[in-house]
Amino acid sequence: MEKPRIVEVRQGILKKNDQLAGGLRARFKSAGVCVIDLVSSPGAGKTAFLEETLRRLKELGFRVAALVGDLATENDARRLERSGVPVRQIETHGICHLEAEMIERNLEGWNLEELDFLFIENVGNLVCPSSYDLGEDARAVLHAVTEGEDKPLKYPTIFNSSDIAVVTKIDLAEVCEFDRAACCENIHAVRPNIPILETSAKKGIGFEDWFEYLKDLKNGAAARSNSGR
Amino acid sequence: MHELSIACSIVETVEEVLPDENSTVKTVFLKIGAMSGVVRDALLFSFEVAAQDTRAAGAVLEIEEIPVVVHCDPCGKDTELGNPPIFRCAFCGQSTAKILQGKEMEIVSIEIEDGKAANS
Repeated sequence: MEKPRIVEVRQGILKKNDQLAGGLRARFKSAGVCVIDLVSSPGAGKTAFLEETLRRLKELGFRVAALVGDLATENDARRLERSGVPVRQIETHGICHLEAEMIERNLEGWNLEELDFLFIENVGNLVCPSSYDLGEDARAVLHAVTEGEDKPLKYPTIFNSSDIAVVTKIDLAEVCEFDRAACCENIHAVRPNIPILETSAKKGIGFEDWFEYLKDLKNGAAARSNSGR
Repeated sequence: MHELSIACSIVETVEEVLPDENSTVKTVFLKIGAMSGVVRDALLFSFEVAAQDTRAAGAVLEIEEIPVVVHCDPCGKDTELGNPPIFRCAFCGQSTAKILQGKEMEIVSIEIEDGKAANS
């Protein structure tokens, strides 16, 4: 038996995903579609937020579509289809996050050049999705007022890897005794300078600011500031 | 828990790097940043499962944990962050987003055993 020897590898563990994501990013760019990845804990209101986003962007004349990741069931896709835009469900069969390969596979048959915005609703999870680049232009982390104020400190990686934070269910802020200042302070503690929006999908609050952000993003003005991914 | 996916990626890469059918892996050296989103114990457990029936079976994961270090532009100093990581310069108190290290998720090297030696 020969002696053991050390072989240098120096390779990112998720190199394959990163390469695929890089390819997707180039594809999105050349097609002129702006891609946003929505992440949050389960129940923070991603689907309601996305439903309102899709409906109103469509009304404003934008061409939008969505990919929706979920562990199981197609309920979210059915809900989102009500907005009248193309929606596809990605059932991950128990996998707790989306990967670039799943995005690539589910884009088949869609003409990206006919889209202004593509939204990806990630699996509800504040840990796992943070490691996987999907080729998106921006990652938006949603945080409901019902979750309290310290989630950013408990899940710093996902907040740090995001480009914008969206506080949802702001219409419930008072009942929940939501401490707005503390929440913003905690978000900025783990991710300095990130823009924070306050929204309510139910009451239609805060979407004008969200759409301004999206338009800037599409025009390259709000270019992804996060180099971490 | 996405550590099983991560572990599968490690096994895949390791099998690619192995020079021939008969070589086996003894140790895999990793660098895992504190802000990589990977939990060490979950990864150790997952790797054992992922490596089963592969040429990485029985290999030991040696994980070097990399703390988060940020750089402060105004005062030019570096700060190692604790847990939770508060992105602030320890010297001037200014907030800073400039991460120097702590997001690593890298296979540094592997220790292999050549030849017909079966992996006991």
